Amino acid sequence: MLTAAGFQKIEATSFVSPKWVPQLGDAKEVMAKIRRDPAVSYPVLVPNMQGLTGALASGCGEVAVFAAASETFSRRNINCSVQESLKRFEKVAADAVAAGARVRGYVSCAVGCPYEGRIDPKAAADVAVALMEMGCYEVSMADTIGVGTPASMEAMLTATLSQLRPDKLAVHCHDTYGMAIANILTALRMGITVVDSSVAGLGGCPYARGATGNVATEDVLYLLDGYGIQHGINMDAVLRASEYISNALGRPNGSRVARALLARRADASDAAASKSSAASVVGPVKPAAVAA
Amino acid sequence: MYWNLPNNHRKSTKKDLVGNSSLWESAMQNLQRFCVTAAAAAAAAANTAPNLNKTLIHRLSQEHASLWPTSLQALLLHSDAATAVGGLPARVTIYEVGPRDGLQNEPKKIPTDVKVTFIDMLTAAGFQKIEATSFVSPKWVPQLGDAKEVMAKIRRDPAVSYPVLVPNMQGLTGALASGCGEVAVFAAASETFSRRNINCSVQESLKRFEKVAADAVAAGARVRGYVSCAVGCPYEGRIDPKAAADVAVALMEMGCYEVSMADTIGVGTPASMEAMLTATLSQLRPDKLAVHCHDTYGMAIANILTALRMGITVVDSSVAGLGGCPYARGATGNVATEDVLYLLDGYGIQHGINMDAVLRASEYISNALGRPNGSRVARALLARRADASDAAASKSSAASVVGPVKPAAVAA
Repeated sequence: MLTAAGFQKIEATSFVSPKWVPQLGDAKEVMAKIRRDPAVSYPVLVPNMQGLTGALASGCGEVAVFAAASETFSRRNINCSVQESLKRFEKVAADAVAAGARVRGYVSCAVGCPYEGRIDPKAAADVAVALMEMGCYEVSMADTIGVGTPASMEAMLTATLSQLRPDKLAVHCHDTYGMAIANILTALRMGITVVDSSVAGLGGCPYARGATGNVATEDVLYLLDGYGIQHGINMDAVLRASEYISNALGRPNGSRVARALLARRADASDAAASKSSAASVVGPVKPAAVAA
Repeated sequence: MYWNLPNNHRKSTKKDLVGNSSLWESAMQNLQRFCVTAAAAAAAAANTAPNLNKTLIHRLSQEHASLWPTSLQALLLHSDAATAVGGLPARVTIYEVGPRDGLQNEPKKIPTDVKVTFIDMLTAAGFQKIEATSFVSPKWVPQLGDAKEVMAKIRRDPAVSYPVLVPNMQGLTGALASGCGEVAVFAAASETFSRRNINCSVQESLKRFEKVAADAVAAGARVRGYVSCAVGCPYEGRIDPKAAADVAVALMEMGCYEVSMADTIGVGTPASMEAMLTATLSQLRPDKLAVHCHDTYGMAIANILTALRMGITVVDSSVAGLGGCPYARGATGNVATEDVLYLLDGYGIQHGINMDAVLRASEYISNALGRPNGSRVARALLARRADASDAAASKSSAASVVGPVKPAAVAA
């Protein structure tokens, strides 16, 4: 459904052991069964050499690797230092490139870390440079736990842009604190043109029980449409995919735009169904006192 | 479009985009190239007015040259707006609307004592403006039928203002009888919304409120104005920025000390906010304005940031993001105060509010309403607190206070 909606980059799965991420244990099957549009890239996350082997065997043309800007997060998350993780991924990236695949890098905890708190912008920039040097065509600066604000995003991107061109970067914002859209706007103003997001705002946050996860694609599209910024995505098709996956997961839709637009649609259908010519399609009106 | 955004026909360099001093330099370059007089005026103002809103001038420098002389003049007049580093205000006032706009649009009616406790908690949290209720007939807004009782029972801190909405003369009478020192009136930027909402044209509604405002002022009360549907209307769609600006001017002229531009149904984006505020700021000073954003489409924080960059220093919001939207079933309502505070704290912008106290009030009112907390910041912070308590309670020294860690594969 996402391919049909016009996305040019769809991160399809992760070749990771189901022992660690049971939700994605079927990477091989997924890659075998999806319809791969020739104009679309379907990157997959590869946490190690084994993952790369699986990805290449599945004919993946693009893989993603990652490193944290926070030492503590790196050690707690993948049991090694940032330096060690970069060294491991150097080999993965080299092999991927040799096999003709493209490599994308992620910098996790680029603005904030659940253990270290605020992250030094220079630390994030340094990891981005290291990923670029090992052969990544693009590096996505990720606010992994969504604690970033326009202020800290600006500081981190200023440091990163002092070393890398804007067209080499992307931002990956989580909306745990409701700052993602403002953070993305900040990044756009600084010349970033690639934005990571998830239809229906999927994912939670393992560091804040019940908190939200990825910024919602529909919300990003709404922001862009307001400015007339081109993106090539069909919002109606996205809403269909959004509703589908939210139902499948048995959870409320994580996108405010999707919720609002789907509710308006439902109201319009109800009004049409009731065949009342006097019915307003915009919902109930509170007389006399609805002000601001 | 004249923003430094992708797909803009104007090529921007990295230097243009990074840092406010670069924005000023590029603004001056533009002005110099096309209008020496405007450049000289801006440079002179920069020397004499330390609070010159340079971001606004940069924005102006990218507009059509024919607009510069008048626009620049208006801008330079506004240069006394306090600005901090980066073209943002040093201080922002939060105008808390939870007890009124929030509760008004909640499906569940809550008892008077709960409202009073809520308002008292807000007073304790440091808010300087708390819109306490609306003197409106309970026939129309049953949730706020106890306005008189609420005003009688709340603790009124002398340093705090407790504005009340007054939809008509009757409401004003009730407000004054309750000793209210500040009232709020409103008019829509959309004709259709005005007719459907209060059964009269915008002009007629302004005329009615002229009398209300005059009487309020005569009685020694302050009057605040709201422009509803300032960027978008459920019936008319996009609203002409000039229409919103005109209503704001009319409200100001009838005696309002401040006008809040309200994105009533939350359809606004930074783009449409900017257009509406540009039109409004061409006629009114930034210190006379406020923004009242609804978060129905998740744009509110970005919209508020846009307003701050344009010199606005008063932001309406509701603790716990209360209220729904009668025009989008199940949709969210007011932007959450906690989310706004989080944005401001990131920049070090002063606001005088105690976040911990706000979280207590937030949890209290959400429980009372039997609904999930509408603030993402509140949800995140309260969850972290709960996790920390659980970890402490389990007395396990090895337990991480930051929650479960997914080994080996949690990337971005």
